[in-house]
Amino acid sequence: METQNNILEVKNLNVKLNGEKIIEDLSFKVKEGETLTVLGPNGAGKTVLFRTLLGLLPYEGEISWRKGLKISYIPTNLPLAKDFPLTIKEFFNLKKKDYEEVLNILKAVGMFHSDILKKKITTLSTGQFQRILVAWGLCENPEVLLFDEPTFGIDIGGQENIYHLLGRIQKERKMTMLLVSHDLNIVYKIADKVLCLNKKALCFGPPREIISPETLVQLYGGEIKFYQHLHG
Amino acid sequence: MDNQFLFSLITGIFIGGTAGYLGSLMVSKKMGLIAGPLGHLTLPGIALALIYGFDVSLGALPFVVLGAVLIWFFEMRTRLPVESLTAVVFATGVAVAFLILPSEDLETALVGDIANVGVLEAFISVGLSLIIFLILQRIYNKIIFLSISEDLAKVEGIDVRKYNFIYLACISIIVVLGVKIVGGLLTAALVAIPACASRNLSKNLFQYSYGAMILGAVSCIFGIFISRSTGYSAGPLIILVNSFFFLLSVFLKKR
Repeated sequence: METQNNILEVKNLNVKLNGEKIIEDLSFKVKEGETLTVLGPNGAGKTVLFRTLLGLLPYEGEISWRKGLKISYIPTNLPLAKDFPLTIKEFFNLKKKDYEEVLNILKAVGMFHSDILKKKITTLSTGQFQRILVAWGLCENPEVLLFDEPTFGIDIGGQENIYHLLGRIQKERKMTMLLVSHDLNIVYKIADKVLCLNKKALCFGPPREIISPETLVQLYGGEIKFYQHLHG
Repeated sequence: MDNQFLFSLITGIFIGGTAGYLGSLMVSKKMGLIAGPLGHLTLPGIALALIYGFDVSLGALPFVVLGAVLIWFFEMRTRLPVESLTAVVFATGVAVAFLILPSEDLETALVGDIANVGVLEAFISVGLSLIIFLILQRIYNKIIFLSISEDLAKVEGIDVRKYNFIYLACISIIVVLGVKIVGGLLTAALVAIPACASRNLSKNLFQYSYGAMILGAVSCIFGIFISRSTGYSAGPLIILVNSFFFLLSVFLKKR
């Protein structure tokens, strides 16, 4: 029964880039409807893991997605999008969506007002653009959303909004979400499971069970200054 | 208006317009500077064409292809940045061109000579420009997608290699056609300046891309007319008209 519920199974994954081991002997599972956060310091291989899961990098080991899944990917911040004078409408056009859906999704991410489609993406704030990216990723009802650093470049207040948004969307759409973050907050706010990654998996499981000051020291090398009340 | 002048004008309009439209895709950091080196690379080919009396674009073509293959090969072997390798390859091309080029042909090679374009040349240029324009129009959104993120494009099921190849082929052909009007030295400007000017004036992608096309074509019209009445070479004049439009756009840009 348990295996039928799995949407992704990774076994003994090894990834080498230019002769350097980036990910070593990694195994984990993701169940349908779960939110998994991949947590780890810079250079831990989080983005590499995502790109490998998406089939963009060569690897050894086993990656098995459930067949026929619709997967959507949102890379960190997408800075080059602002190289072009795209309006929001034109930005969505790149994916060729019908406007009914686009407008509904924009409503869902709290970015809807009458002239929104004519607005240039270069004029958006980082937080607004991140919302647009979420909306973009949600087009065509993906069953799985991979989101690399949802709170990249957003201030604390804005981060709260993004957690809130992702949590709500996940509940509404019963989506499976994989998030990359080095931000512990997101783990406690919306993750069902957390994978602590620093080349190897240092811990894997529900955050409140497995995250302790010890695991964090192991993960971040003792420099972490974060205090989380584990009760409540 | 004599036929010769008309041929020059039409050739200029079509190549200039398509180059401008193409340039609107090339603003991204990755591609922004590639048209220049590719143009310089054509110089040995232009030199051979001028020495043996055949069409400069025909001479330029194998050298663009050779240059692109060499850059691709060196990149594969050395993993050095493409920009650096492009510099190595194009400098070699320029050096070779200067050694073999008779000095009386220097100006034509460097800044082009649209005034002497033949009937057949004109027809081929117009035809090719039109084909490239239609191809670019079809793949425009996909190229933007690729420029924004190749990863994302792959995940969305876009055949990245195929589109990159078509895109590069279009750039190469426009460079090869561009040397006819503005020579090996100024092709980058033919591609880049209309896009920059249009960027300053546009509210969205549609205005931007077609604005670049119109500015590219109009600059050629003005350049060729001014050349006719002043006797100066059309190539530099076309680029100067482009620069003038850019300057104008800087002041007209709403802040």
